Amino acid sequence: MQKIIFAEFIATDIKKFVIEAPKIAGKRKAGQFVIIRIKEGGERIPLTIADSDSDKGTITIIVQGIGKTTKELNSLKTGDTIMDVVGPLGKPSHIENFGTAVSIGGGVGTAIAFPTAVALKEAGNYTISIIGGRTKELVILEDEMREICDEVHVTTDDGSYGEKGFVTKKLQDLIDSGKKIDFVLAIGPIPMMKAVADVTRPHGIQTVVSLNPIMVDGTGMCGGCRATVGDKTVFVCVDGPEFDAHKVDFNELVNRNKSYEFFEKESLEEFECPSKKASN
Amino acid sequence: MEELTNKERMQIPRQKMPEQDPEKRKKNFKEVNLGFTEELAIKEAMRCLQCPKPVCISGCPVDIKIDEFIGLIAQGDFLGAAAKLKEDNALPAICGRVCPQEEQCEIKCVIGKKNDPVAIGRLERFAADYEREHTGIRKPEIKAKTGKKVAIVGSGPAGLSCAGDLAKMGHDVTVFEALHELGGVLVYGIPEFRLPKEIVRIEIESLKDIGVEFKTNSVIGFSDTIDELLENEYDAAFIGVGAGLPNFMRIPGENMIGVYSANEFLTRVNLMKAYKFPEYDTPVLNCKDKNVAVFGGGNTAMDAVRISKRLGAKNSYIIYRRSEVEMPARIEEVHHAKEEGIEFIMLTNPLEFIGDEEDWLKAVKLQKMELGEPDDSGRRRPIPIEGSEYVMDLDMTVIAIGNGSNPIIQKTTPDMEYNKWGNIVVDEETMKTSKKGVFAGGDIVTGGATVILAMGAGRVATKAIDEYIMNSSEW
Repeated sequence: MQKIIFAEFIATDIKKFVIEAPKIAGKRKAGQFVIIRIKEGGERIPLTIADSDSDKGTITIIVQGIGKTTKELNSLKTGDTIMDVVGPLGKPSHIENFGTAVSIGGGVGTAIAFPTAVALKEAGNYTISIIGGRTKELVILEDEMREICDEVHVTTDDGSYGEKGFVTKKLQDLIDSGKKIDFVLAIGPIPMMKAVADVTRPHGIQTVVSLNPIMVDGTGMCGGCRATVGDKTVFVCVDGPEFDAHKVDFNELVNRNKSYEFFEKESLEEFECPSKKASN
Repeated sequence: MEELTNKERMQIPRQKMPEQDPEKRKKNFKEVNLGFTEELAIKEAMRCLQCPKPVCISGCPVDIKIDEFIGLIAQGDFLGAAAKLKEDNALPAICGRVCPQEEQCEIKCVIGKKNDPVAIGRLERFAADYEREHTGIRKPEIKAKTGKKVAIVGSGPAGLSCAGDLAKMGHDVTVFEALHELGGVLVYGIPEFRLPKEIVRIEIESLKDIGVEFKTNSVIGFSDTIDELLENEYDAAFIGVGAGLPNFMRIPGENMIGVYSANEFLTRVNLMKAYKFPEYDTPVLNCKDKNVAVFGGGNTAMDAVRISKRLGAKNSYIIYRRSEVEMPARIEEVHHAKEEGIEFIMLTNPLEFIGDEEDWLKAVKLQKMELGEPDDSGRRRPIPIEGSEYVMDLDMTVIAIGNGSNPIIQKTTPDMEYNKWGNIVVDEETMKTSKKGVFAGGDIVTGGATVILAMGAGRVATKAIDEYIMNSSEW
């Protein structure tokens, strides 16, 4: 049982949790994740650690309520407990002084990009971040990013905040302006990560993405999280989660992530409207 | 009790264990085998000749005093038999169910030369179940505290057997488990209908009663490294982390939706209870009225295919590249599978999985094989028959062809010797690794094997760990 020290919505359906987990807080590095199970009978879901405080013994996760488990997690409040939190899992981000590093976060992906942006800055990079969302509401961690980055650019699909357009447009603009970019980290929805890879590929810019496949154990046992990277099957939980964006088979990942759509829908309906089934 | 002559004993036929009717059981997850009644157990125990030098014991990886516990059952002293079992085996109700006795103790039984061997496994199960159901598992004798601490990594069969024995010796034992539930392969791998999880839970509870401490959600290597365990708190460590990442066949289409590794399929169903979705949150792809094929010929393959039947599959197939005699699965499991309507397609190998435009599995391209000369394993090598390719409709498949090693310990403990497959190298007499204070056993050492071999390794390590921590001997 891990106690939730603090919980607060930071955008519609996006909630920030500070969880008591001293062991993980002391150990975790940027890019690593935890597996969470809310309660008996619950699913195991992977969530990237957004931040930690080893003195206080806490980790921070940022969760977008999409399916049943994430919505149920987001219904928990300060003082509630989470049954199981295991980690830190996965390989830490590869950090070095590349020169100029751009961290791109789409929607809740910004929460995952944030710790790596911090580490890139600490390693001496000139750090740029591009953070985007569908609309103003969904742009998160702007203040936090501004605190650590040399430049922050905000985009929204509908133009309600920052520049109108996708994060890739901003990235393209930066490249076109002649800015020398040595490294790009992109985290967000799969189509966004794929689009970033397509922008940087012709320029030969080293680009890394953090993959979010379906996992069960998350510790290198079940093989459910396999993905194809450069014609090789990898296991994201132990070989990743970060990979060379130019080699990832994004289409396969999109398809695999849809495996349980039918069940996810049923679970969610039952969670949001339990009476519906009973009355049928 | 009347004394029987050996001739009379040998005239008693091997007693059949009652089991659930195949037609009924293929629709439920309840245990298939129902266990001996007291009468059946006594009758079976009377078959034992009580050999002066019982060779059966030489077949047991944990040296259970087989003649003695069976003698006690024959006398009707069932609790005495259970206590005798526990002198050598911390988990008799589990072993009585899942050990391959027919190739260990029972194959050595002298009666087996002419008749069927004594049903040692079923008697073990009977005695353990009798004690649990009648008195609860009773505490064995525990020696005075030594003040020494041992860390056990992994709560599967190797770790549990090691933990139980060390605790009885008076050592403080902590078992670290990566998952949220204890038992390792006993809970994520072996299905409910072969090993009820309640039995695993109760046998683990009995270890807690003798002072073993358990920590779930602890991935050693990440949360603490082996070095940190040894530096901070523990006098020795035993690594029994089990099998790792699943092997695939490296054929096209293996990442399609509907292609599972046995590990994932079994974990979803057994550990996460996907067969109870939506009461439990984790789903498994729908098998109902579908064609399901499992590739492989071991016990894991049998478990997976029998689960698919229980999940409502229209057709459940075992597809194996050799013939039935080469299958490593227990005869009992093959027999049970056939009774449940599993179809066996032998001497057949997949070449390619075929899917639709969204990567959902639709079919598999197969090729017929024939047996050639024996290979390194001593089994006849399967050779493809040119021109025998054909396509079979398939909605779901499970690949059950074994596991590699888990990379986490190796990545985080580089100063220990591993073989080229990533298995930990040990001295087989002591289970000592190349790293001082660290012992290892089970599948992480041997690659995929059986529950009892892992327990045997845990047992061997126990003696060496005790010797090392009490005498602080050199490495």
